[in-house]
Amino acid sequence: MNKTIYFGLLFVFLVLLQVFVLNNILFLGHINPYLYIIFVFLYPLKKSRIGFLLLSFALGLSIDFFSDSGGIHAFSILTIAYFRLFFIRLFLNKFEVDYPFFKLNLEPFGKKFNYIVTLTLLHHFLLFFLANFSFQNMSQVFLNTLYSSVFTLILYFLSIYIFSKKQ
Amino acid sequence: MQQLVYFFQKFKYFLFFLLLQFIALTLIFNNLNFQKSKYVNSANALTGGLYNKVANISDYFSLKATNTKLLEENTLLRNFLQQKRTLSFSVDSIVIDTIKYHQKYTVTSAKIINNNYAKAFNFLTINKGTAAGLDKEMAVVNGKGIVGFTDNLSINYARIQSILNKNTRINARLKNGYFGTLKWNGLDYRIVQLIDIPRQAPVKIGDTIETGGKSAIFPEGILIGEVVEINNDNAVDNVINVKLFNDMSAIGPVYVIKNLQKEEIKFLENEADE
Repeated sequence: MNKTIYFGLLFVFLVLLQVFVLNNILFLGHINPYLYIIFVFLYPLKKSRIGFLLLSFALGLSIDFFSDSGGIHAFSILTIAYFRLFFIRLFLNKFEVDYPFFKLNLEPFGKKFNYIVTLTLLHHFLLFFLANFSFQNMSQVFLNTLYSSVFTLILYFLSIYIFSKKQ
Repeated sequence: MQQLVYFFQKFKYFLFFLLLQFIALTLIFNNLNFQKSKYVNSANALTGGLYNKVANISDYFSLKATNTKLLEENTLLRNFLQQKRTLSFSVDSIVIDTIKYHQKYTVTSAKIINNNYAKAFNFLTINKGTAAGLDKEMAVVNGKGIVGFTDNLSINYARIQSILNKNTRINARLKNGYFGTLKWNGLDYRIVQLIDIPRQAPVKIGDTIETGGKSAIFPEGILIGEVVEINNDNAVDNVINVKLFNDMSAIGPVYVIKNLQKEEIKFLENEADE
């Protein structure tokens, strides 16, 4: 399928999935997965990043519109979108020459795991910190970050497992 | 000049990142400020419309519970009506008291199409907007107690600032008349906090808390909840934990109350400032 159409559909699908399904899970009263950040993992690496940053920002902002949260999703996803390349260099040892051939699925599981876990934790921490918007209840913020990250990661690896079996 | 261009070339992604991040932060700050939260909210045609479509389907799952609630409320209102009737029949000539016909509030029914209660700053969306005569700062209640007040409106939808929002302050009182301020600490969606109650006020576990009627938004005497915990130690803030009568995780139909004399009150209060 054409790459642009594919990522356009993925964008809309992730917004609807997050807003109408995942935001209503509220496991144990308040724990939600935030699976929409897989957009950052799936989007291909390119030298020019303006489009990618803009799309990530728009994705976060669309979810903010639905969940009345100002710009916290936009802020958090934009941060991990910007620092993605840094962590790819750190954990996966990939440089600009490798970008066109890079596929996250083909990387060894350990390295991939580190990369995804770090970005997920970073995103969730920023999200809950901004949602709380004070330095009180910090223990709550850390706990929420931990629980939601585990939830998101389980969902992410499950869905990767399910969808990659087809090939 | 060339160095400036070179600088922009080198850091263009970082500068773009900073620009977008700045926009996001501005939106976050504005959203927490009641006067400025205009742009990012769920009361626009697209998000409101989508929420409405989904709510139309998911409503079927709670039909039974909603019906029971409405029936309970109808019973309550019918009882009131009977009381009134007996009162008026006991007087042998009909008294026409014009003051009683001066209506102060009007009530509009609406439906919650998007409910939030697990965050620190919660907002709800309802399916009525300016087309139904709604405006900013109107009370939203249901049969069991208060829900919140309207803050942002489009033509067909309105966003409600929930009572479960760390910025919400509502004038509330004990049944015996001592009043304080109701707010929420963002932790448990069943428990809200009543502060500024005078120390000499006789508070007991199980006392009923209702709205105080000292604001232009909420009518007097709407139920809120009951006292479950009293802070008796020598803390500076005399906090009383109140358990809400409403289950904020399951609310469907609500009423929006418009204060017909609000403009008059506001005008008077503003005039005093000048």
